[in-house]
Amino acid sequence: MCRLFAMTSDEPFSPLVAAKALDVMREGHDGSGVGLLLSDLSGPFEDLKDAPVLSGIFTSKGLKKLDVYMMELGFTTKYKVTIKAPKPSPPGIPQRDVYLIRAYEYPDEWHSYTSERRANELLKVRLDLRAMGQAEQDMIVFSFWPDTIMIKEIGDPLTVVQHLGLDRKELMARVIMAQGRQNTNYAINLYACHPFFIQGIATMTNGENTAFVPIREYLSSRGFPGYTGYQSDSEVFAHILHYSAYKLGLPLEAYKHIITPLSDDEMEDHPNKVFLKQLRQTCRRLIIDGPNCVIGCLPNKALFMVQDRKKLRPGIVGGRPGCWVFSSETCGLDAVLPDRDKSMDFQPMHLDTAIVSSDRQEVHICRQTQSLPQALCA
Amino acid sequence: MQADTIITPSTLCVKDLPWQIAWDKDKCTLCGRCTAVCPMLALELAVYRKRVVQPPMGLEKPPENTFESFYGVRQKTTPDNACVGCGMCNLVCPNDAIMPMHTDEADKLRFHNNQGGVPRRRGGRRNDPAGILDRIKFTRISMLTDPALDAGRHKFELTTLLGRVLPPEENLKLQREQGWIPPVREIYPLIIGGMSFGALSPTMWEGLQMGVTYLNEQVGLPVVISTGEGGCPPRLLRSRFLKYVILQIASGYFGWDEIIHALPEMKVDPCAVEIKYGQGAKPGDGGLLMWHKVNKLIAAIRGVPQGVSLPSPPTHQTKYSIEEAVAKMTQSMYMAWGFRVPVYPKISATSTSLAVLNNLARNPIAAGLAIDGEDGGTGAAYNVSMDHMGHPIASNIRDCYLNLVKIGKQNELPLFAGGGIGKRGNLAANAAALIMLGASGVQTGKYVMQAAAGCLGSETDRCNICNIGRCPKGITSQDPRLYRRLDPEKVAQRLVDMFLSFDTELKKIVAPLGRSTSLPIGMSDALGIDDYRVAERLSINYVV
Ligand code: SF4
Ligand code: SF4
Repeated sequence: MCRLFAMTSDEPFSPLVAAKALDVMREGHDGSGVGLLLSDLSGPFEDLKDAPVLSGIFTSKGLKKLDVYMMELGFTTKYKVTIKAPKPSPPGIPQRDVYLIRAYEYPDEWHSYTSERRANELLKVRLDLRAMGQAEQDMIVFSFWPDTIMIKEIGDPLTVVQHLGLDRKELMARVIMAQGRQNTNYAINLYACHPFFIQGIATMTNGENTAFVPIREYLSSRGFPGYTGYQSDSEVFAHILHYSAYKLGLPLEAYKHIITPLSDDEMEDHPNKVFLKQLRQTCRRLIIDGPNCVIGCLPNKALFMVQDRKKLRPGIVGGRPGCWVFSSETCGLDAVLPDRDKSMDFQPMHLDTAIVSSDRQEVHICRQTQSLPQALCA
Repeated sequence: MQADTIITPSTLCVKDLPWQIAWDKDKCTLCGRCTAVCPMLALELAVYRKRVVQPPMGLEKPPENTFESFYGVRQKTTPDNACVGCGMCNLVCPNDAIMPMHTDEADKLRFHNNQGGVPRRRGGRRNDPAGILDRIKFTRISMLTDPALDAGRHKFELTTLLGRVLPPEENLKLQREQGWIPPVREIYPLIIGGMSFGALSPTMWEGLQMGVTYLNEQVGLPVVISTGEGGCPPRLLRSRFLKYVILQIASGYFGWDEIIHALPEMKVDPCAVEIKYGQGAKPGDGGLLMWHKVNKLIAAIRGVPQGVSLPSPPTHQTKYSIEEAVAKMTQSMYMAWGFRVPVYPKISATSTSLAVLNNLARNPIAAGLAIDGEDGGTGAAYNVSMDHMGHPIASNIRDCYLNLVKIGKQNELPLFAGGGIGKRGNLAANAAALIMLGASGVQTGKYVMQAAAGCLGSETDRCNICNIGRCPKGITSQDPRLYRRLDPEKVAQRLVDMFLSFDTELKKIVAPLGRSTSLPIGMSDALGIDDYRVAERLSINYVV
């Protein structure tokens, strides 16, 4: 099992907080990798909220390729953080040339694009870069999106964060998602590391999606270029959410109804029975299976947690107004917020979606048996 | 043999027959039950002559002969009366004195069962007991990375969809606009395949309908049954049980007059309408009900005269092209029930299945595609069609599924696989394999006859005389003396047993795969086979 930790806080905080929490939960991961997503950024990125930020790992050669490519497209650098890790790396962490976080100015003509077109073009750039880096492994690109930084690396989470010196003021953020990886595959591919990101939507999972292959086939056949990759069975969780939000225009409350729909019995008295039954049929190929705890983040910076149909994985949400933590285990939550009101901690069960919106005032619990927002089913 | 006996080319001896009767004189009580029960009239009373040599002790008297006669049973060797190995003689014999045995070499009867120039016709399946489905294994087992599920305690969602499922974008749009959304049924993935009223006896039909009703209303399994081509009894058409029935229409349109007339009086809609274009057992050949079985009742339901053979044409005569067949026929059937009933075609598996599929995919309302493989069963067909025509189901269903995946319609047009499922008794394993290859569900008829009614037929050519109306178990006969042997209540009970055990076995397969939230359609990563070429062909794992 992997371990998950996510926090949303009015006060910007450092990735080290997340790494320490993962370290407390170390019994649940083997230190084979860590993935970080930082959003609602502060520091220098605070003033660059609209500028797309590219995150990735590059060799010196890859960096040159990147510059040529981006220049041709008309992107200019606005700000960058380049992390060169000290040599030699501690055992278990590979030696890399550069971890790059670079905010760009859009090419001139992009300013006239609709937001949808811009989102699709950003996605295309990311996929192109990923493809360009594939052959020689000189570019690994995690995200290219405004107000978003991603770092993934092999090794023990705390060691990686300390070794790369990620505890720095440029990398303070109000939303951080982090996964400590338990390797269940033999070769570790950084593209298989959580969180997974697509156009402002990110998810990470502790689990195993046994319905992966049919879901992958379904998503791949939607004709959307972003539904690709799938080095990990968990990547589909992000894409299903993306599909539901962007393609179907459904709110987060509907996500759980897509991945783990209610049974006939449970639906019997539901006020939105007709809609839900149709949704279950039409989205049947997106039903997930197996044990999964999913933590995700939406473009509006809301964090959420859902569980699989049988609630086979641990997961807890706790905190106080202004600061909330989503964690695989209570000890991870305790490590960060020992002084919260523990009686208000919540462990989402098989029907729940726990949501903390960007105002960070409360944990909103949405049960599948409740009625859906009116607009949906009209 | 006497020197002047005439030997015709078709004069056979017992050794030439596929089934030989072993009869034990010492056990036989001459009760005559075997001769009475034999559907082939293969047994006759025989008087045997026996010479007994009686050498006296000593040398005074010379040895003597006496001639005795005794009575017994003799097996006829005329092709028309050749034993079919059904074993009914053995079943009724109070002393276990008689038993059919299979010949140890290829029989000679096969060269002579075309008397009068009529090739052999029979019922049953292709005479080949082997098949690929039994060799497919489920190799992805959940254990530690994800906990295995408990087939006995966890909840499982195993239903499937029959009907045209719209893509999510379109479905949501139509819901908002309150437009027409094609009807979709949530049904159990094991469908009782089309066996007509006529091919089956009234008791068998009644038993199956009762069993289906019990499964739906008492057990909670939404099992449905196809009528086959032969119409539907009038009272069933006007009952609330029609919702568990798929009405089949085929090229003979038998029984459709009755169905159309019943339309205004129907209390509920049928589950679906199946348009049969082909059948796996006899691809490219129409249905066949031989005259033996066309009695008064059957003639009335089908709207035909009594005592004539009813061959359906190989194709729907009014259709000259696939576009027309798909568009016109599907549409008119939809229209008949006010667009509330899913309509889908059934074809025999063929190397041209993909062309049919693509036409269906372009049609906006076709509710699915049922494909019947070469191992499908039938009540009557030419032996040559059964044994040599057709396409195996596994690769056909896989190709169709992967083609749907390619065009992104794998959830929209459900595929149903039939033909040889459970041929060797492994119903759930075969069904699960086909589902993971891409079928939304499976259809089976022969297994139902075997499990629910004790059909004796086999793929080593046992019995298989369903076509002549002399079914010794009363399953496929219209003769009251025969079908009274079958108690409908018992058939219903066995059908329920069969589905309950299937359900448990299916759970025993999907639970260790870590699947419970939905039927694992297309979960090919769970499948493996120990043949590299087959694995390649089906895009599944090669395991040794
Ligand atoms: S096995 Fe069947 S066909 Fe053969 S003799 Fe016995 S009853 Fe007749
Ligand atoms: S028992 Fe009846 S149904 Fe079965 S093969 Fe023999 S004749 Fe056909």
